[in-house]
Amino acid sequence: MSAAAMGSPGRRIWAMVYRHLCLYRGSWPRALELMYWPVLQMLIWAFVTRYTGQFQGALAIAAGSLIGAVLLWETALRSQMGFTISFLEELWSRNLGNLFVSPIRPWELVASLMVMSIARAAIGVGTAALLAWLMAAFDITSLGLPLVPFLLNLMVFGWAIALMVTAMILRHGAGAESLAWSVLFGLAPLSAVFYPVSVLPAWLQPVALALPTTHVFEGMRAVLAGSVFPAGHLAWAFGLNLLFMGAAVWIFIAIFGVARRRGLLLTVGE
Amino acid sequence: MIEAIRVEGLVKRYPGLGGKDVLAVDGIDFTVPRGQTVALLGGNGAGKTTTIAMLLGLLLPTAGRISCLGHDMAHDRFAALARMNFSSPYVALPHRLTVAQNFRVYGHLYGVPRIDRRIAELAEAFDLKALLDRKSGELSAGQKTRVALAKALVNRPELLLLDEPTASLDPDTADQLRGWLERYRAETGASILLASHNMAEVERLCSDVLMMKQGRIVDRGPPGALIAKYGRLNLEEVFLDIARGTGEARRLAAE
Repeated sequence: MSAAAMGSPGRRIWAMVYRHLCLYRGSWPRALELMYWPVLQMLIWAFVTRYTGQFQGALAIAAGSLIGAVLLWETALRSQMGFTISFLEELWSRNLGNLFVSPIRPWELVASLMVMSIARAAIGVGTAALLAWLMAAFDITSLGLPLVPFLLNLMVFGWAIALMVTAMILRHGAGAESLAWSVLFGLAPLSAVFYPVSVLPAWLQPVALALPTTHVFEGMRAVLAGSVFPAGHLAWAFGLNLLFMGAAVWIFIAIFGVARRRGLLLTVGE
Repeated sequence: MIEAIRVEGLVKRYPGLGGKDVLAVDGIDFTVPRGQTVALLGGNGAGKTTTIAMLLGLLLPTAGRISCLGHDMAHDRFAALARMNFSSPYVALPHRLTVAQNFRVYGHLYGVPRIDRRIAELAEAFDLKALLDRKSGELSAGQKTRVALAKALVNRPELLLLDEPTASLDPDTADQLRGWLERYRAETGASILLASHNMAEVERLCSDVLMMKQGRIVDRGPPGALIAKYGRLNLEEVFLDIARGTGEARRLAAE
């Protein structure tokens, strides 16, 4: 059987996942970095929660939702960074020239980045969730069944942002690298992560509600406050994610085309 | 038999400053027959890298048609890419991965059956056994070039595109590498397109030469025929004549 006949999308995706697993196996600082920031965040917020937990009333209730908010926000953040940093690893090692002339299709490369994003987020957020349980007695699974769609929506939104950032890196090269660390952070104030959307100025609330993340955090607070399944918020989150992901795919395909017309794939690491 | 490469009317124009386009490749036509090694020569900026990038699908042509191994690169490039490979000192393998891990990654990408057996064959052929468990980033320039070439053969390509395959190699290693390329072509019937600035290498390896200047193919033919045509002693002198527009090249241009 010819080599070409043995190729399959699954095998090519696995090739890229295997490449990253080898990288983490051979570099303990990279492996440590997967947990470092989520654990650091959790330590800070767990101590804040201990402090505010001494008080009665609304402050004590709000403190409880902080830990859940940190864990869910880290899910979005880690899924976006896991995707983008895995792509940047190829750029840093000047390997893109080899990859783009191999039979791997762009969608297969994207799929492998998503797999790595799930793995990285699971390690980082999983460790932070364990710490939340040990330090603040917060069990993330207490969110119940809505936890699954919450996490799914946050990851999909992280990927949509990551796809747009990757497109910008293809278009503008290493100069756009900093977007990998900054874009989603910039959306945190609008996503109403630690406070209800009603706290925002009236004119800013429609902007916030146009983000799927805002609906996830509103839904989370509703669940922690004892409400029923937040179907409305989840429907909005899924719908908006569909729009964001559609836009991200369109931008990525358009910029990949620009990169092939202008020869940017040859110089992307420079 | 279908040629390994067929290029017709290939043009690449980049948008330049002030709305003035830069013409990098200006309507070239050529073929690379099956089982032959052909050189693409020219000075810096002649259009060699742009042409190779278009052959590999990294760059979209402004006009023209490229077919590799019978596949139209505009519509069916992945079928061709699975049967091709490429090596250049200007791209690298992930330096934190060991040589064996890198071979395994590319073996999976190219759908190579029985990868470990193929890695053992490459290690034997390229004298890499002692390097398999070393990280690619820890290798010397010469070792990296050998590893890059071995990676380019991981899928037993029917068409191999090489950009400066012996750049930064000492004469002994470069000579060995040329020997490997000759043997690979003879044993597998593969076709090779080679861009090089080493004229002795081109004389040794190539049956045909395409001379590029300012985006056009200004001459072509077997190395011996070109040397005779220009009345020179070797291909390097022919290259200089064409690059500088001196000697026979000046007379031909005037005609």
